[in-house]
Amino acid sequence: MFRRHGLSVFAVVIAAFILLPVIVIASYALQADGELWQHLFDTVLNEYLVNSLLLLLGVGAGVLVLGVPTAWLTSMCSFPGRRWLSWALLLPLAMPAYIIAYTYTGLLDFAGPVQTWIRDLTGLGYGDYWFFEIRSLGGAIVMMSLVLYPYVYLMARAAFLEQSVSSIEVGCSLGYSRWRAMWSLALPMARPAIIAGLSLALMETLADYGTVQYFGVSTFTTGIFRTFYGYGDTAAAAQLAASLLAFVMLLVLLERYSRRRARYHSAAESRARADLIPLMGSKAVLAVVLCLAPLMFGFIIPATQLLFWAVFEAEPLGWDFVNLAWNSFSLAFLAAIVAVTLAIILSYAKRTNPIKPVRTVIAMAGFGYALPGTIIAIGVLIPLAWADHSLIALFERFGWDSPGLFLSGSLVALLFAYTVRFLAVALGSVQSGLEKIKPSLDHAGRSMGHGPLAILRKIHVPLMRTSILTAVLIVFVDVLKELPATLILRPFNFNTMAVRAYELASDERLVDAAPASIMIVLVGLIPVLMLHASITRRRPH
Amino acid sequence: MRHMTIINKFILSAVAASVLFITTAQAGDIVNVYSARKEALIKPLLDEFSAITGIKVNLITGKADALLKRLQVEGSATPADLFITVDAGRLHRAKEAGVLKPVSLPVLENSIPQALRDSDGYWYGLTLRARPIIYAKDRVSINELSNYEALAEAQWDGRICLRSSQAVYNQSLVAATIDAIGAEATQDWMEGMVDNLAKPPSGGDTDQLKAVAAGVCDVTIVNTYYLARLINSSKPADQAVASKLAVFWPNQQGPGAIGRGAHFNVSGAGFTKYGKHPEQAQALLEYLASAPAQAWYAKINNEYPVVAGVEISQALKGFGDYKMDPIDLEILGQNNRQAVQLMDRAGWK
Repeated sequence: MFRRHGLSVFAVVIAAFILLPVIVIASYALQADGELWQHLFDTVLNEYLVNSLLLLLGVGAGVLVLGVPTAWLTSMCSFPGRRWLSWALLLPLAMPAYIIAYTYTGLLDFAGPVQTWIRDLTGLGYGDYWFFEIRSLGGAIVMMSLVLYPYVYLMARAAFLEQSVSSIEVGCSLGYSRWRAMWSLALPMARPAIIAGLSLALMETLADYGTVQYFGVSTFTTGIFRTFYGYGDTAAAAQLAASLLAFVMLLVLLERYSRRRARYHSAAESRARADLIPLMGSKAVLAVVLCLAPLMFGFIIPATQLLFWAVFEAEPLGWDFVNLAWNSFSLAFLAAIVAVTLAIILSYAKRTNPIKPVRTVIAMAGFGYALPGTIIAIGVLIPLAWADHSLIALFERFGWDSPGLFLSGSLVALLFAYTVRFLAVALGSVQSGLEKIKPSLDHAGRSMGHGPLAILRKIHVPLMRTSILTAVLIVFVDVLKELPATLILRPFNFNTMAVRAYELASDERLVDAAPASIMIVLVGLIPVLMLHASITRRRPH
Repeated sequence: MRHMTIINKFILSAVAASVLFITTAQAGDIVNVYSARKEALIKPLLDEFSAITGIKVNLITGKADALLKRLQVEGSATPADLFITVDAGRLHRAKEAGVLKPVSLPVLENSIPQALRDSDGYWYGLTLRARPIIYAKDRVSINELSNYEALAEAQWDGRICLRSSQAVYNQSLVAATIDAIGAEATQDWMEGMVDNLAKPPSGGDTDQLKAVAAGVCDVTIVNTYYLARLINSSKPADQAVASKLAVFWPNQQGPGAIGRGAHFNVSGAGFTKYGKHPEQAQALLEYLASAPAQAWYAKINNEYPVVAGVEISQALKGFGDYKMDPIDLEILGQNNRQAVQLMDRAGWK
């Protein structure tokens, strides 16, 4: 009993630490001066609100349309190319949103090759013909949907694959057609996974700054930066960020509501080889087209363009790229380990002792995912610098040499920020893995006299290895792509590939940014492919 | 599986070791720099400085306001000795935030004109950037152009491209205009320009140049070094863009505020209040204002030098001479907040 509460207390303390930056930001918000808030309210706030909502709706619809049917087709049907499409569909996950935005702008902008070609061919001038304006709200929706749908695809596919074939077969034996079984059985059963993927994509959308800023779309996030940079007003920026949190709570509630009281333990102990629904003729062609489209637009076209720039037009990367790659890789790896370890502790504490305070604190610990990296960085910097100053004072009292900025000036600050930002991703995957393990196993373990940590180590961790690996890999890719927090918090002489790509791109040298960008994509591919392997292994072929 | 864990352990310990190595050295012959100038546009100079003096330079680059925030939060424990940033408004903000200290450097006071440095020695300008009007040679007659204010007139309806008001260069342009013609007239001017826009603001300065060249609009306002970069580019597409454009220096003649001169800005640097290596920082700052470093800026990034007698690039020479607005650059910082508010009200996105 004591040990059980000990774990809960420990988890609450960890969660409180992770919430600290969010609390710092919220407390800043209370100091905001009303005059600036009034000004924002009178002029731009309405636009921020409307654009953010439209962006959320658009990306939400986009990722569902791209993610769910492809997940269904690749896990339940057989058609030519299914095997490689099922992993290739994950590739856009390695493409940062800001980089795909730069790339498509280079291609589709008025001055880009596509429109220039159209003009040369037809002799028309600007305004004589209609062409999709990439730098717009619509453009931002398309760009983000293209790189964020893999979250939905990944979760939905994992859920479809894990569904015991027997439940579908039972459906069929009850007279359902295959398609009817999908609508009435498979989809509802996969709903928590789909919504989990959706809410990840939407939180990422809310936190995005690079894409909307580049496209000139005013959203809450650009508003935060404008207030912070333009007005130099941290308090008012924090206040806007706090309002962003209201959106997040809405998302969290949505997810809760969709789960309600349902339980989603899988009953299947032994799984039969799934009989895939064979698709023939036009149906097969349609399936291939449906799966190929997101892959083409989300990966192949932009990656080819980047590769072209990198090879033929950009200044080549110097030898320091090895250094950049190592920095990016090691940082992402460490951050993934830290975040997932914490996620396991938190999820398990919630499982063993699901009382309200524990559940609430843990749910809140994931909020950082929707906050822009810069805001989190400031929230991290303030308490760490305070701790550093206390430490320095302590050292001075004993007459020792000052340790300097031991926490805020080192990688500790970065790792802390990444954990705050990406814990939600790790929590999502780990929790869903844990939920699938039936409580009776816990009872069995306890009846054998094991404590909660022993049960976690001996029973749960091995059973949810796939979920843990998934969490590690997603956090890895996310950290690899992360920019704003890295930019602010990194130590001296420490650069990553994302920093390099950003510096060149923000100096308006998009083409020269291509080599670093393509490197991010390539390094990101490794975990993405591992991710695929780990999911597929779940169902024997 | 066992191999996996050994590899994992190896990576983990290697990474952990690297964390320990990347702590900031505080002693020795070094100088620590926080720079809002991009690495590519400062590192070669720093390397050169290290080669000459033997002083090692540690560098963090980032956005000006984020670095400023970091300096503020770090307070007396900050490792930074020198804060380098673009835009005078940011330099002023750093001074106001109390993270810089005044230093009197006779060498720089002699070589850098008074208007281009802080009167108390909190910061020194290192390069000059001009922000004139750029127009499409084939669609705009030079007689149509006169000054910034005239871009609000009806003849420019649907013919202007502007970068977003998020860009600090535009904020400083507006801050200077407020000083010249007052807040009300500035807002009217911006409303007129926003009405005349060919498309909503998006992208960077280079994007505006490309839009003018491609015929989306006829005029824009950008920093000259972006145009100079296109002129010097080895890519035919960039050269094609540049060949269609020309610089017009606005507000060169006329009475009072109208003839004040074209808007310009500086990049510059100041000593941090709690820097631990003041001598090294001074050596670095003096190097950055020396003739070879100034020539490098002019050559590599096509910025105008702040010291006299330094050769400028061919592209800059081609833009001709111009009269600069003699505004005290501190005003750009003082007016910044009001500028952003007016831009919000005028609907300049």
